[in-house]
Amino acid sequence: MTEKPLISIEALARRYPKRGGGETTVFEDLWLPIQKGEFVCLIGHSGCGKTTILNVLAGLDQPSSGSVIVDGREISGPSLDRAVIFQGHSLLPWMTVLGNIAFAVSSRRPEWSRETVRAHCQRYVDLVHLSGSEHKKPSELSGGMKQRVGIARALAIEPKMLLMDEPFSALDALTRGSLQEEARRICRETGQTVFMITHDIDEAMLLADRIVLMTNGPQAEIVENPLPRDRLAASMHRHADYYPLRNHLLEFLVTRSKSFASEIEGRPYDPRKPAVVRPCAVAEDKVPAAASV
Amino acid sequence: MASSLTLRAGLLSLLIFAAFIGAWQWATLPTAGVAGNVDPEYAALVSGAAAQGAKSAFPTPADVAATLWGHLKDPFYVRGANDQGVGIQLAYSLGRVIVGYLLAAAVAIPLGFLIGMSPLTYRALDPFIQILKPISPLAWMPLALYTIKDSGISAIFVIFICSLWPMLINTAFGVASVRKEWLNVAATLEVGAFRKAFLVILPAAAPTIMTGMRISIGIAWLVIVAAEMLVGGTGIGYFVWNEWNNLSIGNIITAILLIGLVGMALDLALARAARLVAYRE
Repeated sequence: MTEKPLISIEALARRYPKRGGGETTVFEDLWLPIQKGEFVCLIGHSGCGKTTILNVLAGLDQPSSGSVIVDGREISGPSLDRAVIFQGHSLLPWMTVLGNIAFAVSSRRPEWSRETVRAHCQRYVDLVHLSGSEHKKPSELSGGMKQRVGIARALAIEPKMLLMDEPFSALDALTRGSLQEEARRICRETGQTVFMITHDIDEAMLLADRIVLMTNGPQAEIVENPLPRDRLAASMHRHADYYPLRNHLLEFLVTRSKSFASEIEGRPYDPRKPAVVRPCAVAEDKVPAAASV
Repeated sequence: MASSLTLRAGLLSLLIFAAFIGAWQWATLPTAGVAGNVDPEYAALVSGAAAQGAKSAFPTPADVAATLWGHLKDPFYVRGANDQGVGIQLAYSLGRVIVGYLLAAAVAIPLGFLIGMSPLTYRALDPFIQILKPISPLAWMPLALYTIKDSGISAIFVIFICSLWPMLINTAFGVASVRKEWLNVAATLEVGAFRKAFLVILPAAAPTIMTGMRISIGIAWLVIVAAEMLVGGTGIGYFVWNEWNNLSIGNIITAILLIGLVGMALDLALARAARLVAYRE
């Protein structure tokens, strides 16, 4: 962790004015570095400010205090360096599949000729296996196909970082599975840095290198994924570390997220360095004391 | 199934039409003559037979059909200022409607865009729009005649003012209610203001704008008849009024029918245009 992170979330906070005076704090004092090429998942209950964090990272929302540093510079608004895959697919319905992707590409590279843009878009259409549907309108596509277009659009602008807001939550289980696997393949092949929000434990286990568990308070715990990097959805449940990891995540979300504040009470808690846990079948000496429940 | 429904609907339409013509024919049957005290001036106007009750003053369907045929056979004749073909009169009216309407669109769509984009101007202009919108366009006529001093241009102004509001309000509404997600897409892609306006907001708002344009053309065609009755000279509205002065009811009915047909054609044309910009989500 000596390498300088690509993205650094520093002391981020978001508060809303409460009706009748005062303020509601959604989250505060959130610190999180993300390394280049890393896949980070954020899991938390609804209402803990997951989407707000993503919107801040995307530049669509402003934090109440704190900042986000990308490549050594504080972000001030949306940027083509940070592509967003939205929860609803957010395709422009009057454009074709190719048109939607080309709109993004020609925003990124206004100097490119029509043919260059087209050829570039076609590569990404092929990458998400949508060849043959280039000239269809979004209304003619299934939910999974629409989300693929969203992924292709985000990847085609070759961003430094990909932000995903529960991208697969609106899909049926079968489509979700195959799309998750594809997303993992693409991100590994391209070495893409990804920050994803989800409430699906299995999705996080399959995709993420690190999983950030958020409580509804300011505290968080970071879980390192012990599963092998070449894991597959079909076979990862046979791995010895699968259940320890899954149980750890589940336990945090179901019970510990509510009692986390009292759990760490009395112990020194540095929001800049939240406890890092690596749940494994064989107890490793790496596991810090904070994680032994 | 669908074709049989179309067929049955067509048959029913024919039946209704036949019943209507039958009732009309029956209502215009000659009544028993009350010969004698007939005002000679009235007799001179509606023909002697009609004045004495031997023939109805209101034309029969056959009379109107003959009049209509006469007009359609030669729609573009000009025999002096007060005797021009019905086609020429319709062309005058259409010309005024199109000029006034296009001027209104040229003002309403950019202005509506501006209002829709900025909540400040939306709020600031709203009271003016709310007060000006319900004013009958004909109420502007005296003011227009006084300031413009030209009856033809005044009629165009009246069309302009009545077409303006639906287009303005629909454009502003359409632009203001573009889905947040689409604007977010444009924001994260760092799309410039012009590209955003023309490639995201305009296509997104286009169906709403087209609805406003369709409402406007309908209102403009309604208003032109009344406006031309006031300003006179040319146009289908003037033609109707002129034929009323001539007590030529057959001509009036013909004109009414043609006004309806042209209005329908205008509406269909805009419906066709609306389909071009429609999208399915």
